[in-house]
Amino acid sequence: MSRIVDRRLNGKNKSAVNRQKFIRRFRQQIKKAVADAISDRSVTDLEKGEKVSIPAKDISEPFFHHGQGGRRERIHPGNKEFQQGDKLPRPKGGEGQGGGNKASDSGEGLDDFIFELTREEFLQFFFDDLELPNLVKTKLATINETKKIRAGHTSDGIPTNINVIRSLRGAMGRRIALRAPYKNRIKEAEAELQELLKQHEKTYPAVIALEQEIETLKKKIERIPFIDTFDLRYDNRIDQPKPTTQAVMFCIMDVSGSMGFEEKDMAKRFFMLLYLFLTRTYEKIQVVFVSHHTVASEVDEETFFYSRETGGTVVSSALELVSNIIKDRFPTSDWNIYAAQASDGDNWDDDSITCRKIMNEQIMPYVQYYAYIEITEDRHQNLWQEYLSVKSGWDNFAMQRIERIADIYPVFRKLFKKQLA
Amino acid sequence: MTQKPLSETSEWTFELIETYHKEIERIAGNFGLETYPVQLEIITAEQMMDAYASVGMPIGYTHWSFGKEFVNNEKRYKRGQMGLAYEIVINSDPCIAYLMEENSMAMQALVIAHAAYGHNSFFKNNYLFKTWTSADAIIDYLLFAKNYIAECEERYGEDQVEAFLDSCHALKNFGVDRYKRPVKLSMQEEKERQQEREEYLQSQVNEIWRTLPKLEEQLDIIQETRFPIEPEENLLYFIEKNAPLLEPWQREIVRIVRKIAQYFYPQRQTQVMNEGWATFWHYTILNQLYDEGLVTDGFIIEFLQSHTNVVYQPDFDSPYYSGINPYALGFAMMSDIRRICENPTDEDRQWFPDIAGSNWLETMHFAMQNFKDESFISQYLSPKVIRDFKLFSVLDDDREKEIEITSIHNEINYQYIRQALSEQYNLGSLEPNIQVYNVDLNGDRSLTLQHMQYNRIPLDKSANEVVKHVARLWGFDVRLETVKENGTVVHSFHCQL
Repeated sequence: MSRIVDRRLNGKNKSAVNRQKFIRRFRQQIKKAVADAISDRSVTDLEKGEKVSIPAKDISEPFFHHGQGGRRERIHPGNKEFQQGDKLPRPKGGEGQGGGNKASDSGEGLDDFIFELTREEFLQFFFDDLELPNLVKTKLATINETKKIRAGHTSDGIPTNINVIRSLRGAMGRRIALRAPYKNRIKEAEAELQELLKQHEKTYPAVIALEQEIETLKKKIERIPFIDTFDLRYDNRIDQPKPTTQAVMFCIMDVSGSMGFEEKDMAKRFFMLLYLFLTRTYEKIQVVFVSHHTVASEVDEETFFYSRETGGTVVSSALELVSNIIKDRFPTSDWNIYAAQASDGDNWDDDSITCRKIMNEQIMPYVQYYAYIEITEDRHQNLWQEYLSVKSGWDNFAMQRIERIADIYPVFRKLFKKQLA
Repeated sequence: MTQKPLSETSEWTFELIETYHKEIERIAGNFGLETYPVQLEIITAEQMMDAYASVGMPIGYTHWSFGKEFVNNEKRYKRGQMGLAYEIVINSDPCIAYLMEENSMAMQALVIAHAAYGHNSFFKNNYLFKTWTSADAIIDYLLFAKNYIAECEERYGEDQVEAFLDSCHALKNFGVDRYKRPVKLSMQEEKERQQEREEYLQSQVNEIWRTLPKLEEQLDIIQETRFPIEPEENLLYFIEKNAPLLEPWQREIVRIVRKIAQYFYPQRQTQVMNEGWATFWHYTILNQLYDEGLVTDGFIIEFLQSHTNVVYQPDFDSPYYSGINPYALGFAMMSDIRRICENPTDEDRQWFPDIAGSNWLETMHFAMQNFKDESFISQYLSPKVIRDFKLFSVLDDDREKEIEITSIHNEINYQYIRQALSEQYNLGSLEPNIQVYNVDLNGDRSLTLQHMQYNRIPLDKSANEVVKHVARLWGFDVRLETVKENGTVVHSFHCQL
């Protein structure tokens, strides 16, 4: 009469839908919490989930129940020294003896509702509404990948692709078609033979001739091959071009001595965000890391985020390098090119003018979007001024200033806000 | 009798569960426990949390509030604030009991005895469950509800359905019939009748709201009588049948919420009894296994430790105190009934002349079948249990500066405490008494709810929020009046649309 069922392999996420609904409903609150959270996080922390707290009153579900007050009597266990008729001061907070049934009635405390977002959910909120500007704006939907798709049948191909059913069906049709005239003739000949035999002997020449003819026809039928190379049909697959957008992002960071620990930390956070954003949102995106002091070098991710360097600052060295890399490896016909640069604005005196030149001539014409962030609390220096003039010339150039860690996220959002077409 | 124990280690296997289950089934049968067929389901901790969030139901419609519940449980579980209850049992036929894979064999045996035999026999035999629920149809109905609501979401949009469910949920405790026998639920019939019902309901509603002018003399009569003629306590029912502007699908959703609330209504009224009964039987059955030599000392010690935790009752001044533990009170009372039958004292003979010395099994089965918490306590709470728990009553009157101890566990007060505790489990007085009082049929169509105040206990402030939900369902203004015992209106809230 009884059964034991192992349900462990059934889906465990039966509540996932409900959880999604819950998150959807409290979108605004969660978004705010996520924005607050980023300012407290270090670079390496970004990959984790996040605790999110929502005010309890937003989340409560009201229902009719008694409030405090009135006259009520409650039974409690564990009497120690009370006697009937004892009068006691009313305890605070409603809990414990005689305090009414607040705890059980209201069901929820007044604390904020705190729960944890998974990393996926966290990043989802984090990068909500952001995108790379101008993607696929130009001809850059390149076709360099194809995908095999089925395309009916063909009479030519390799043995593994033989479609047995089709081939045999063809063979059968061919056999029927080729046999038909012979068969018809045999029928006729047999009828004639019957007629002749009624009047003549078996040795009569016409009879023999007819018999021979029938014989040959039968042989002809037998000689029709069961299957012919002509019958073979092959599954056909053709290459369908798959349009893909390729993008490359240049991350350019100043690692010179003038960038203090905090500035570098902020720059790294900014790039970490950018990197997460890119790798999460776009499958096919290349990231090129360029760090520079007086000379620039292309480095790997690890070095970019974790190495420490010092020295003077020549920004143009980095720009020059970027320009060269674009020329060598990322022809604009095939690539969407983006660049983000972080610096404290400090630069070798004469170099800023060179920077403007390189920007105007060698970089801006080729990139989809160029974002510059300046991390400093001080006055703007000449690089900012030069870049302002670049900005006036190009729509796809943006610059922002970051003073505190808390600015990073808002600035990041500003730079990559989804733009309405 | 020297028997070889069923198992020596604490690990469980499917074969062992089967073996233990057979023994438990045999013993339960000997004690006369009559049950639905048992279906034991092995699940993981995550699945247990899923089950939690959906109030133990194996399927349910989706709503954010269940997600909130889930997130909350998950958080508390991860922080270690909450051990997962090791038992969830579903009042269905067959009776489904969940076994968590992390548990030891001893715990699995406990759960089987507790849920699959204790609760199961309670579901099958208690009069409230017999009257109000149909175990064979509930799973079907839940499936119908889930599909119907999913379909509505597709047709009318997730947001609209969600908002509507919010409003229904706000009233779900006021969506139960307390006295009428509900009709049976079944998926097949539901589906067939649903279409028909939609059309019929709509036509009925249209009848009430006819706008054709009435004859003069009829008008006079109508203005004097109220609608409904008798106040209606089932708010959701009233809304389903009479709300003027609801779409047919919305009426169906009101009905779904109300039907499910109705299904859980008996559970809310029999907590102490149900848990007490199940706890008594896991205790009795597992001890029987031990007496027969079928389980080891280690097994029984592990079981006893867990059992002791379950029936622990912290004192009122303990930081762990959060009211009376239904497991503790229920177990104590059930065990006490057996004691009164088997070894009655003079006091018992005086208090329980009918059952002192009677057949304990028959008496207990009778008690289980024919009572709910409120009446069970008023019938069976013995002076001994009152003394053991050291129960006392406290009067909190907001007109007085101090609170007063009105009774303690001494001889003159036993009856008083018994009545007071019984009242404490009376859902009728725990929940505010709110009824549909009138609809202004000839005027602005506004709905008036009356809250009959008892002992001057006010409604919580959040009631105004609930009234807004009522207004959303009703579609016109809603008024909530709080009425004193003498009939005067002391407070009124008007929600305008």
